[in-house]
Amino acid sequence: MTALQVVFLIIAVVTLGAALMVVTTRNLVHAALWLVVTLFGVAVLYVLLDAGFLAVAQVIIYIGAIAILFIFAVMLTRRVASDNIPQTNNNWGWAALVAVVFLGGLAWVLRPWQGFSTQASELSSRADPLRELGQALVSPNAYVIPFEVASVLLLAALIGAIMVAWERK
Amino acid sequence: MRDPVTLIANWLSGLLSGWGLSPGLVTVIMVFIGVLALASAMLVLDIFLVWVERKVVARFQDRIGPNRLGPYGLVQPLADVIKLLIKEDIIPAGADRLVYNLSPIIALAAALLLWAVLPISATIYGTNLNVGVLYLVAVGAISTLGIIMAGWASNNKYALLGAFRTVAQMVSYEVPMVIVLMVPVILTRSMGLKDIVDQQVIWYIVAAPLAAIIFLISNLAELGRAPFDLPEAESELVAGFHIEYTGMKFGMFYAGELLHALTVGAIFSSLFLGGWRGPGAEAFPIIGVFWFFLKAFFMYWVIMWSKYTFPRLRVDQMLNFNWKFLTPLSLVILMTTAVLDKLLPRTNMLVYSLGMLLLNIVIVLVTLQILRARAGAERRRVAEPKPAATPQGAVTASQPPSGASQ
Amino acid sequence: MIPLSWYLMLAAGLFSVGLFGVLARKNAVAILMGVELMLNAVNVNLVAFWRYRTPEVIAGQAFAIIVFAVAAAEVAVGLALIISIYRRRNTVVADEIDMLKL
Repeated sequence: MTALQVVFLIIAVVTLGAALMVVTTRNLVHAALWLVVTLFGVAVLYVLLDAGFLAVAQVIIYIGAIAILFIFAVMLTRRVASDNIPQTNNNWGWAALVAVVFLGGLAWVLRPWQGFSTQASELSSRADPLRELGQALVSPNAYVIPFEVASVLLLAALIGAIMVAWERK
Repeated sequence: MRDPVTLIANWLSGLLSGWGLSPGLVTVIMVFIGVLALASAMLVLDIFLVWVERKVVARFQDRIGPNRLGPYGLVQPLADVIKLLIKEDIIPAGADRLVYNLSPIIALAAALLLWAVLPISATIYGTNLNVGVLYLVAVGAISTLGIIMAGWASNNKYALLGAFRTVAQMVSYEVPMVIVLMVPVILTRSMGLKDIVDQQVIWYIVAAPLAAIIFLISNLAELGRAPFDLPEAESELVAGFHIEYTGMKFGMFYAGELLHALTVGAIFSSLFLGGWRGPGAEAFPIIGVFWFFLKAFFMYWVIMWSKYTFPRLRVDQMLNFNWKFLTPLSLVILMTTAVLDKLLPRTNMLVYSLGMLLLNIVIVLVTLQILRARAGAERRRVAEPKPAATPQGAVTASQPPSGASQ
Repeated sequence: MIPLSWYLMLAAGLFSVGLFGVLARKNAVAILMGVELMLNAVNVNLVAFWRYRTPEVIAGQAFAIIVFAVAAAEVAVGLALIISIYRRRNTVVADEIDMLKL
């Protein structure tokens, strides 16, 4: 059990534990804060996977914007009486069953695949994932079109969100 | 004694390896000691900042400031800290205890985390992250989270509203800050702060003065310092998101804000003023520390100068200023800098910097022209005489009312 | 070292927890939180496959970045819709929003 494996296990326990708290806690603001912990755990996982830019982007986008949006939405749509009643609907038993079956099914399908236990190969020291990513996102024979389409999508979401939430007097 | 810090670090790691520890463990212990030293030094500096703040504000207001405790009042912050520590620890009824206690820690930790990527001298730096500039933005996002946690956990609707407005301000001003942060990155071809300082043979404030000004303004808003004072002076009577905090928890918010202001000064000086560069800093790295802190404190003084000079902005003025002026301007700066970067030669940095300076001057002139045209239109619109009464008996301002002659 | 299977099982676990959240929660905002968990699990999967199978091809990271952008757009519009519904019907419990007519 190397040190890296111990670190990974700790991060995994924190992330999954926080995710479980997100979906089971009764107080929704606490759920949003546990979501922040989960997102931070995923950011640390990106660091372990040598994707440093993605880790920082995760913190900026998810924790710095999306989680704060969630906290605002929860606080603006609160009914004070609903802080302590159970937040799960009547089908939670079936939902738990579906989730467990799904997890078991995935494990059962993946286990025979011979790539399942690949070990991490050393990244060649010449490669600079950051530079490659930047060039890939704007290079015409790489991913410039998905990049531009994502920009248009964000513009549409921006305008759409404003129009939907606009209070018409 | 060119570089005492590296000498001490090498001696210490040699000592630890001599005790038979594995190299991985030695690295971990060295990093841990480095973190401890940096965090302790910054927190002690934080206490000194309380004295600096009070003396400087006093001088701006033509008075002396604390001068009773110790020579020049230097022991005053110690008295403040003791007072805060011995206060009763009150938690408001109905407050969410864990979140309430956690948010001052997050606010102070966010200010400390920023020091991990700043190069204090040529050889003293926490780590040279290749995404250092984005790390700064990410930690700013975490401090925003701390504020909204504080506002909600106080179980006080004024604290909550104060927290909402604070977070709206901080999130809005992150946009021009991130856009303008890309300008030194373009000039350096790297996002690491150590690389940015290493490349600044000619300081970037020559090549990108507009970017520097917009960065400073956005950071003033991120800090919640005047003139973007709304978080601190909510309705001028209650203190915004930290109403319900007393004692050392309030002390942590206050100290965190001062440390964040110094950190912003240090970041600005690393990005635009050459960081640790100065006469003698390349040969003797220890002198780099002196230049770094000199520039950081100078920028801190500039931040305080703007705080005690400008009146507070209203919330709609502040948001208009951001979305209608700063964001388009920063986008224009980024695009033109990127285009010009391809056209100018990078072999001669003086020509390059002067070319960028010329671009900035052109942008300033064009912006002033646009603002002048809009201001003129607004002035003309306001100066028209307007009818003063109902449509039937419309009376213009130049005619007396009909009943006044009797 | 850490085999790929650990990351894949972690992502699968995160996805299942998100799935449970979407299916079992009453509040619409909590359902969106479950969706976010699922999107994060997918991203972890993508980046793990990039690192372990094809670290020389940057497609995995580029795909993950696009997923970031899509998730951000979806959360913004989803929460705007929820707040708009809350203004009309004064509820965000998914069971009570069951009539198309106002």
